[in-house]
Amino acid sequence: MNSIATQQLLDSAYIVATVLFILAIKWLGSPVTARRGVLAGEIAAALAVGATLCNPELVDYKWIIITLVIGAGIGIPLGMVHMTAVPQRTALSHAFGALSAALIGIAEYYVGVPHVTRFGMAEIGLEVIIGSLTFTGSLIAAGKLQEILPQRPIVYKGQNLVSLSVLGAAILIMIILVVHPEYSHLFPAMVGVALVFGVLLVTPIGGADMPTVISLLNSYAGFSAALLGFVLNSKVLVVAGALDGSSGFILSVIMCKAMNRSFMNVMFGAFGQEHIAAKGAGEERPVRSATPEEAAGILAAASTVVIVPGYGMAVAQAQHKVREIYDILTKRGIDVKFGIHPVAGRMPGHMNVLLAEADIPYDKLLDMDEINGEFPQADVALVIGANDVTNPAARTETSSPIFGMPILDVDKARTVMVIKRSMAAGFAGIDNPLYYLDKTLMLFGDAKGFVGSIIRELSGGGSHG
Amino acid sequence: MPSDFLSNLYVFILAGFVGVELIKRVSPLLHTPLMSLTNALDAIVVVAAIIICGRHETPLSTTLGAIAVAASFSNMVGGFFITDRMLRMFKTGKPKKS
Repeated sequence: MNSIATQQLLDSAYIVATVLFILAIKWLGSPVTARRGVLAGEIAAALAVGATLCNPELVDYKWIIITLVIGAGIGIPLGMVHMTAVPQRTALSHAFGALSAALIGIAEYYVGVPHVTRFGMAEIGLEVIIGSLTFTGSLIAAGKLQEILPQRPIVYKGQNLVSLSVLGAAILIMIILVVHPEYSHLFPAMVGVALVFGVLLVTPIGGADMPTVISLLNSYAGFSAALLGFVLNSKVLVVAGALDGSSGFILSVIMCKAMNRSFMNVMFGAFGQEHIAAKGAGEERPVRSATPEEAAGILAAASTVVIVPGYGMAVAQAQHKVREIYDILTKRGIDVKFGIHPVAGRMPGHMNVLLAEADIPYDKLLDMDEINGEFPQADVALVIGANDVTNPAARTETSSPIFGMPILDVDKARTVMVIKRSMAAGFAGIDNPLYYLDKTLMLFGDAKGFVGSIIRELSGGGSHG
Repeated sequence: MPSDFLSNLYVFILAGFVGVELIKRVSPLLHTPLMSLTNALDAIVVVAAIIICGRHETPLSTTLGAIAVAASFSNMVGGFFITDRMLRMFKTGKPKKS
């Protein structure tokens, strides 16, 4: 075949793939059309990969076939992980995406090396720096989420200065390479320093900031792919990278707003740490506690119940028990809804996935803005494994570290019930005045066990494993 | 400034705006599948990896390309797979199971 005609055919396949990418995200906008979006994405990917395999520039298919098989062999098990493990799988996939973008940039550099233009060097340098730091940063994030690494932020004095100097060093090397392209022996140093920076960037962040970090890394992974599109002059990469990058960026903004914090604060603030000191000596204040029997009685007498799940619910693997309680109450004609805070869970939207997995209909899962109007009419707000996102101090106490953070107004419900192991503080390390209100009943125990006991009471002593 | 750069910049800016507008409309319900889907789309870098690997220019570029093919293809396969798995779980309350 005429090679110009082949090239045109390949380009048209890429154009169709690009259009399908945009449609895929458009369709993902609503649960009704979302699966069509996945299909569009799959067709686009198959088309682009298929067209690429027909590229006449390819001379040897052996390694392509072998590595495609290896890739599928890694991807399929990673696609089958449990829903609680989705955040670490996502972090790992940011790492893989950034790794491949960085490696392609590096390969491109060494193929062209004595003839890389200054402009090309700047593009490759930036692309490889972002790809490399996203690779190691995402690995650290995945390690924290998988609990291989300590989840608490790791901080030391002068940390920000050290981290920024390392980033500065990587950029400096890149500038030297742009000015003096003949110093190509410096290139590996630039990659190495960028890899170190990725570690330094994510190590001090942890706990409740993970949803923001994972979104930011998503954004970096996307932008590294877009930059690779610049390096290789490939529009399909530029578009896919821009879509992924803007998606991660918007999610980071949403997460930051949900915690009332700025980007700078997340990146350089190391939450948690400072607030443990701010907690001070907490005096013993009286709380009202209740037994499963009493809790079941209150739920049975209610006509509207809002359940507020937090990550503690997922840790206790209580989502299926929560579904049972939802079923029992719904069958009795009680209106049950779920109020979901944007940072409930370890990544954006994580709580919705966990509840959907437990077969709770998604039209009962309401986000913060939707549910907050309903608390004043609710008879019972049942908080399971959530703490800081229900803390009314965020509304009133200007001195509180979480002041200004948007919260779920559970304290406006007629009765509040909180299932909690003990009076220990949440991620932010601060006391929650909600627990001392007259209308609040503390249900002390393990989320799964306590919900199970309430179910037994509601179903008249029936046995549930 | 090379003309390729400028045309890529146009595409990047326009795609960025399209992305922002579309993603703002995605329900918070689906933010996790959104992230896994955009991840799978981003894995399109596999096409560049395939070319670097299959062009067979230097042993280094072939090796790096091969690793990149495996890493990005695993994202592509795993990303679409898990996104679809998650979306299948989202059901409305109407056809109620017992």
